[in-house]
Amino acid sequence: MLDFLSEFPSLGRRDLSALRQWIDEGFRTFSRAYGEQLEAFFNPLLRFLVWFQDLLTDAPWPLVILAIAALTWFGARSWKITGGTIVAFLLIGIFDMWEDTMATLAMISVATVLCIAIGIPLGILMARWDRAQSVITPILDVMQTIPSFVYLIPVVMLLGIGKVPGLLAVCIYAIPPIVRLTNLGIRLVDREVMEAAEAFGASYRQKLWGVQIPLALPNIFAGVNQTIMMALSMVVIASMIGVQGLGVPVLRAISNQYLALGLMNGLAIVALAIIFDRVSQTYGKRLQAYRETGRD
Amino acid sequence: MTEEEPKVRIKSLYKIFGDTPKVALSHVQAGMSKSELLEQKGHVLGLRDINLDIPGRKIQVIMGLSGSGKSTLIRHLNRLIEPTSGEIWVDGEDVLAMNDKALRDLRRFRMSMVFQKFGLLPHRTVQENVEYGLGIQDVDQGEAAERAKKWIDRVGLAGFEGHYPGQLSGGMQQRVGLARALATDAEILLMDEAFSALDPLIRTDMQTILLELQEELHKTIIFITHDLDEALRIGDRIAILRDGEIIQASDPQDILMNPADAYITDFIKDVNRAKVVRMRSIMGPAAPAQGAPVAVSDTIEEALQKLHAAPDGCCPVMAGDEIRGTVGIDAAIQALKAPAAAGAHYS
Repeated sequence: MLDFLSEFPSLGRRDLSALRQWIDEGFRTFSRAYGEQLEAFFNPLLRFLVWFQDLLTDAPWPLVILAIAALTWFGARSWKITGGTIVAFLLIGIFDMWEDTMATLAMISVATVLCIAIGIPLGILMARWDRAQSVITPILDVMQTIPSFVYLIPVVMLLGIGKVPGLLAVCIYAIPPIVRLTNLGIRLVDREVMEAAEAFGASYRQKLWGVQIPLALPNIFAGVNQTIMMALSMVVIASMIGVQGLGVPVLRAISNQYLALGLMNGLAIVALAIIFDRVSQTYGKRLQAYRETGRD
Repeated sequence: MTEEEPKVRIKSLYKIFGDTPKVALSHVQAGMSKSELLEQKGHVLGLRDINLDIPGRKIQVIMGLSGSGKSTLIRHLNRLIEPTSGEIWVDGEDVLAMNDKALRDLRRFRMSMVFQKFGLLPHRTVQENVEYGLGIQDVDQGEAAERAKKWIDRVGLAGFEGHYPGQLSGGMQQRVGLARALATDAEILLMDEAFSALDPLIRTDMQTILLELQEELHKTIIFITHDLDEALRIGDRIAILRDGEIIQASDPQDILMNPADAYITDFIKDVNRAKVVRMRSIMGPAAPAQGAPVAVSDTIEEALQKLHAAPDGCCPVMAGDEIRGTVGIDAAIQALKAPAAAGAHYS
């Protein structure tokens, strides 16, 4: 009797290992059956990623810096940010991290675009139907809190090692904020304004594009910003499953205790993060010119 | 005047808020009161047996204190709120029978609305806000811009087209709201406490603008307010709402002279009657009078000088060139005193 209380009545070791084997076997069968189809499904994505990365690494470096500076200027309209970006990329080149940085840049850009393309519609869906919200929210919770190594296992089992599984891992980790903040932004739109749109006979589409999305933009932009930051923070983990980029030397530095190598590549990641952050934030703010006018 | 079809007709309208409004409705129809319903069934009675015919081309004021159901009532007219039971007819058409498309067309072309907190789109300029309803009507951009410009001028906001609502004062924002509602050319204008959020002086200004516009536009305006002075100033007809029920619906003079019950008597007792009671409400049949003529629409305040100057204290009351009756200074002074509370005091 006392035994029952002091020792948790767990499943027997044999039952447990049978259960685990059954799950592993099941997943292995699944990946043997569908792995190739899945790979074929993601093939266009892989080709695009490779093409984009080659474009960035093969193009003459001055041209790349010029293009990035132009994008920065278009986004932020600030000499300070544009100048800082140029200096940061020159330093990256001088310290011989150009190729890795380009690989990471390609990866992050594609991951961000993918997250936006999937995340914003999901957020809209959640805002429209409470049902969708109650289903998607716990999934997002899991995605954000489960240790990334845990979902690397099935991803690698299914798709092996390479760019696409790495991209998927990054997206799983980075997509929740954009979904959440799109949903939140739309739900926070002033009820009076929505009622007015309704009273003038606006259709669902007209309300969404004419009122909800524009007014939710500050939150949506905060979501994009968060998504980029989280994608960048996955760079090192993604390099463990074969993604090229700044994560690879960092990983090497960890296993060999190369302090300087780790620091330099780490700082390159930080530089990318700061550039992305400043540009996306100032761009978001510029879209809200009407908010800066005193009264509200 | 001939009896014409009312523009908007509300028939035995009920609205009950809660989980099972249909069940609660049967209790209400069996005579349960608002407080009993809340206590015993946990449902809130929003509107009870509302019957109101709203004439076209006039300003119908619906007045009540907060919680009386007036904002709920106006939202039933364009079905921003669905009733629990009852009928709503606009131009002889059953609004509750409309499908989504017909309802949207009603809102796009026939009814527009002005809101207490303006409901402007903060990310659009004044010009774009006024164009909003026209965009939804699929009016082409050029024409919409032109029509919006006209209404912006009309409400006195010329020069502010490029400003955002956040840059304007409350009064100016509500002019934008008014212009936006007028620009759609809808015949019916719903105004939900449109001026209540404004300072008293600005509010009087906006009332003046509304009355001036109405003089030439002759819209059917349904105007919600909690302010009796406002109701008396702009209303052609007033319906007084209390606890979700209409307790008197009449023209303003009638309400002033013959309040239906103690609640209304109490309500009107602080009104400055000299400014609102008009000659037509207090005149007697035509009789010899020595004073200067006064108009039927003159208030006591406007007529008092002439009445006082008349040797016999009596003046003829004219409508145009026609004598309609006679008014004496005694009647005028009598009318300054509010009618005494009739019957038992309301609970």
